[in-house]
Amino acid sequence: MTATNSEATLPAQGIEAPRSGRIDPKYLRSNPSKGSFEMVAWVFMRVSGAALVVLIFVHLWTNLMVGDGIHQIDFAFVAGKWANPVWQFWDLTMLWLAMLHGTNGMRTIINDYAEKDSTRLWLKSILYLASTVIIILGTLVIFTFEPCLVDESGTLLEYAPSFCQNVVN
Amino acid sequence: MPCDDAGKVTDVTQTKSTPGGRGTLYRGREGMWSWVGHRITGVGIFFFLLVHVLDTSLVRVSPEAYNAVIGAYKHPIMILGEIGLVGAIVFHAFNGLRIILVDFWKQGTRYHRQMLWAVLVLWFVTMVAFSVRHLMIFFEGWEGF
Repeated sequence: MTATNSEATLPAQGIEAPRSGRIDPKYLRSNPSKGSFEMVAWVFMRVSGAALVVLIFVHLWTNLMVGDGIHQIDFAFVAGKWANPVWQFWDLTMLWLAMLHGTNGMRTIINDYAEKDSTRLWLKSILYLASTVIIILGTLVIFTFEPCLVDESGTLLEYAPSFCQNVVN
Repeated sequence: MPCDDAGKVTDVTQTKSTPGGRGTLYRGREGMWSWVGHRITGVGIFFFLLVHVLDTSLVRVSPEAYNAVIGAYKHPIMILGEIGLVGAIVFHAFNGLRIILVDFWKQGTRYHRQMLWAVLVLWFVTMVAFSVRHLMIFFEGWEGF
């Protein structure tokens, strides 16, 4: 009596735990050759999401909530920010994380709603092409940006930020 | 005996998880609507992001081109659009943090409904503050149509 009861309440001994590695591969949901990509993507969405909350909230605060807000945004404002490597790094991180986060989200949505294999392939090809172009373009813009533009005679253009006066003279 | 046990288990889940007796229904409830909201705001933000990288890239074309295009963001209709955009971002951000808590916090699944209401309250407070500030700044510097 006692022995039977304790056997019933304890975890079964002699019975394999579910999915303990002795399942015929044809019954597995995941393709082993795919590796852990989906799990890495799942973790990435949470980690990048938490980082993006901070990155984007500060971005919105400095650009829209302080100073002249929306009116201050022009070429000189961008030049002034990117004169500081901290903001270059900030915007670069934001660009990469937001694009990868958004692209993975769109990939999930395409997988959910596009039923035909060919439709999924097309939509995802367009998505990956667009994302690659935008990430490369944005990265190049941040690193090749020239704030103090001059004309042929070497005088500063009128839109140049004020700190260029010291650089040119 | 096994039948009885199974019956008891179902009973407990139903009364504990939903006092209204709606079982563990997902469809049409808070879980589903927060998921729908997260998808729609996510897609909207993604398409804005594509446009936003393109408009910012105009700083490499010329200061005039950048200033002309960014000037469009200062139009009254776009000011309302920015409030909508920030509304989408703030919901996606707060609900995303809620998803992280549902996934990683021990009590996350138990309190996911309460956390959605917290998200909505925080969203409302943040949006009132943002909208007031954004509109005040806009009207201060607005030179008319």
